[in-house]
Amino acid sequence: MESKILGYIDGRLKEGERREIEKHLAGCAACRLRVNEFRAVSGLLDELPVIEPSPEFDLRVHARVAAEPVKRDWWAAFLPAPRVAFAAAMLLLASVWIGRYSNPSQPQIAQEDIPVLENYDVISNFDPLTELPQPVEVDDAGQQQNSQNPTM
Amino acid sequence: MARSDVQLMLDVKAGDEQSFALLLHRYRSPLVNFLYRMVRNREQAEDLAQEVFLRVYRAREEYVPSAKFTTWLFRIATNLALNSVRDTHYQRMEISLDAPVTVDAEEGEEKTLDVAEKHPNIEQHLVEETRKKMIRHAIEKLPEKQRAAVLLHKYQELDYGEIAKILHCSESALKSLLFRAYETLRVELAPLVAQQGKL
Repeated sequence: MESKILGYIDGRLKEGERREIEKHLAGCAACRLRVNEFRAVSGLLDELPVIEPSPEFDLRVHARVAAEPVKRDWWAAFLPAPRVAFAAAMLLLASVWIGRYSNPSQPQIAQEDIPVLENYDVISNFDPLTELPQPVEVDDAGQQQNSQNPTM
Repeated sequence: MARSDVQLMLDVKAGDEQSFALLLHRYRSPLVNFLYRMVRNREQAEDLAQEVFLRVYRAREEYVPSAKFTTWLFRIATNLALNSVRDTHYQRMEISLDAPVTVDAEEGEEKTLDVAEKHPNIEQHLVEETRKKMIRHAIEKLPEKQRAAVLLHKYQELDYGEIAKILHCSESALKSLLFRAYETLRVELAPLVAQQGKL
């Protein structure tokens, strides 16, 4: 009865429970009295007036909400802004594309196409090198000397 | 068709500030009244109600509609109220028939009135005021958790399941809590209950 008496007064009981309580009340004067007293208490609680929030209430709430710091995700500190990230991604994509498609590969050169250097005259004729002038040496005083034909 | 509380809260989560204003408009009065009856101080009640809305706003990004919005809202409010009641002792106005009558905060401005001018039947007015005082004091004297249960059950008309979640107890424990609260009120308000019975 204790757990259902308020539900009975409020009309929150299921139909079966309500019938069960009414059956009990019909034969129990103490419970009938208790139900009537609780109904009276409930009626007294209805007498308290409702107050209205002050006219400044909404303004104060909105002001406090506006003063809230903008919340940033912890990861946001490490992540670039979306536009920057997009631009960087596009740049990377473009670099890869250019590197792959716009740089033509070097043509393969067949071994037989390489000219043989020994066929050039300038390499095969060493005569001009036999008459080279003697090397010039510089002494400690800074004067030039011929190492094989000293003049002093 | 009006959007549900949950839909409004999801819209707030998506960044719609207007939906927050609608929730504020919808629940400002119930919250302020609930908190006022818990802490018995109007200014304190409004401060706490502001704090409730602020916490709702702060939690918008993590909001998941796993329970009714009112359950969540009044759970925040109840926790704040219970902490406030435990931490602070509030001054309470007493009626003194020797002093000029002051209109109670619940009826509007707190100012001294010449009652005879405003109320031709001063005796009837005083009887009504005394009656309201008795009811308020009876609620005030309830243990905090019983008081919260009565207020949520009687004035917010939340169902037992919701109130049980708000007060972190089982439904059967809540029904027992409410029964004990009504028993206390019945005893405290015995003279008025007897009058009601005669009506």
